[in-house]
Amino acid sequence: MTLFYGTELTSRLMLGTAQYPSPEILSDAVRRAGAGVVTVSLRREAAGSRAGQAFWALIRGLDVPVLPNTAGCHTVREAVTTAQMAREVFGTDWIKLEVIGESDTLQPDMFALVEAARILTEDGFKVFPYMTEDLVGAERLLRAGCEVLMPWGAPIGSGKGLNNLFGLRALRAHFPDVPMVVDAGIGVPSHAAQAMELGYDAVLINTAVAKAGNPAEMARAFAMAVEAGRMAYIADPMEERDMAVPSTPVIGQAVL
Amino acid sequence: MQILVNDERHDVTAANLAALLDELGYDVMARIATAVDGSFVAASRRATHSLHDGARVEILAPMQGG
Repeated sequence: MTLFYGTELTSRLMLGTAQYPSPEILSDAVRRAGAGVVTVSLRREAAGSRAGQAFWALIRGLDVPVLPNTAGCHTVREAVTTAQMAREVFGTDWIKLEVIGESDTLQPDMFALVEAARILTEDGFKVFPYMTEDLVGAERLLRAGCEVLMPWGAPIGSGKGLNNLFGLRALRAHFPDVPMVVDAGIGVPSHAAQAMELGYDAVLINTAVAKAGNPAEMARAFAMAVEAGRMAYIADPMEERDMAVPSTPVIGQAVL
Repeated sequence: MQILVNDERHDVTAANLAALLDELGYDVMARIATAVDGSFVAASRRATHSLHDGARVEILAPMQGG
């Protein structure tokens, strides 16, 4: 059992809610994924616009825990203020903390991330920090009060999968008891299965489902991959070898 | 008094944040969050949060996110 700040999720697949062709397709995808969490965000709304309220009604109807993010924030102050606004709007102290440091890769600014995480945990937030796979940064985030880590697989929206397998393995091995989620960069279900086989506790997917030709079908495919990967991890995979080892017994083999 | 709301200039008479939302036509039941000059202002404190000329107000609502 994996607890995220004391909560056991119904599924290890976390799903983003952005970029779907329509609200109906988003709803279908969340249902078919059996998502354990959906991520949401905040944006400016003009008086008279009902877009935000309609989206909130749709999300509440899905009856899945929400994880608000601070997407688009580039400074500690922006991220902290956005988190405080999200807590009030969504009624949760969970926050997926993003502080972006570089525009081309949307790479997290680990220095600002640690500072924002410290401020928010002191303010009672339960922080899910979107981070690089940096071991030292992970240590600092845990010291800042984070009880969950969310390393990237690859840049957001790139679909490139797990760019640094060695780094993700090392991170998992260094902090075996910390719930960890691979967030960002996953493109196809096999990437998600791979993350779960490494022992990650969950994956967070958005673009790979939303931009699929059939998002709901892809959501189901991801759900199956996450489940398969988790089962494989629990079942303890064999060691990889550089040379062949015959699987058929050679004892008793005829000499012809 | 001139203030910036979501980066748009408005000429308003409202003296506090709650009055501003009303003057601009936001639904009192709308699920929105507010910040003034970069700092969060909780819904419960909007009526007592005075506005000054040139204040930067942000009004945010739920949106899709990844």
